[in-house]
Amino acid sequence: MITQYIFYFFAALLIIAAGMVVTVRNPVHAALFLVLAFFSTSAVWLMLEAEFLAIVLILVYVGAVMVLFLFVVMMLDINLVPMREGFARFLPVGIIIALLMAIAMGSVFTAIYFNGAHLDVVTPTATDVNNSRELGKLLFTEYLYPFEIAGAILLVAIVAAISLTLRTGRSKKTQDPSAQVSVKRADRVRMVKMKSEKKSG
Amino acid sequence: MITLGQVLILAAILFCISVAGIFINRKNVIILLMCIELMLLSVNMNFIAFSHFLHDMAGQIFVFFILTVAAAESAIGLAILVVLFRNRNTINVEELGTLKG
Repeated sequence: MITQYIFYFFAALLIIAAGMVVTVRNPVHAALFLVLAFFSTSAVWLMLEAEFLAIVLILVYVGAVMVLFLFVVMMLDINLVPMREGFARFLPVGIIIALLMAIAMGSVFTAIYFNGAHLDVVTPTATDVNNSRELGKLLFTEYLYPFEIAGAILLVAIVAAISLTLRTGRSKKTQDPSAQVSVKRADRVRMVKMKSEKKSG
Repeated sequence: MITLGQVLILAAILFCISVAGIFINRKNVIILLMCIELMLLSVNMNFIAFSHFLHDMAGQIFVFFILTVAAAESAIGLAILVVLFRNRNTINVEELGTLKG
């Protein structure tokens, strides 16, 4: 019974945080509410016995992706006023679309072919089963090839992100060590021959 | 005890909120990217719920790969956003109509 209440608490937190992400005015606040949503999601995942993924969600998403979001939001000097123009105009459309989707998804539960009641009787896994170990075993045996492809995708993403944002051309300010070392005295010092001037007046 | 239906309803509500968010924040690319992250999160929650209630670890493996691809996607998306802001000095979707002809 207590797990039920904990689940409701985190579910409510998640829904409130998600609602704030889409309605709040400041993108920085939206990013921070998204962090809250990730935290409560990871609590729900912990209750569903997916411990490894819950921790990965915190470490990778909150630790890396959301920090990236915050960096970009704070780095770009965005004028927020025109961003909010169509907010009131599109609000009814968004709510109607969301309600339609909610009805469509809810009708799945009442369908004849989807009877999930027999799934609810779940035998708890034994306490000596380690979620990370089980996941690792699968990942490095059966799913090794997709795992390698995932690594390649991450590498491609790194290369793409860096090459997109790399500044080249005139605005780049870098040192050229070979040019610095091979400089001659004649390049820097100019000897001027002139007569000495007399102090006038 | 949590039931499968509760988790699925939670994920469905989350998905609907993020779809509504894409409609009402259609000017701001950063919020749009955040809504996409929320959608992926709700899909991941469905995967984990079925993995838990069917006792099949394949669902969690899928979530692992979805997280990988989502991280790559958001990194590239934000890089494109930075380049866009550098070139056009705005990230308003309305003003990005250069290709419209």
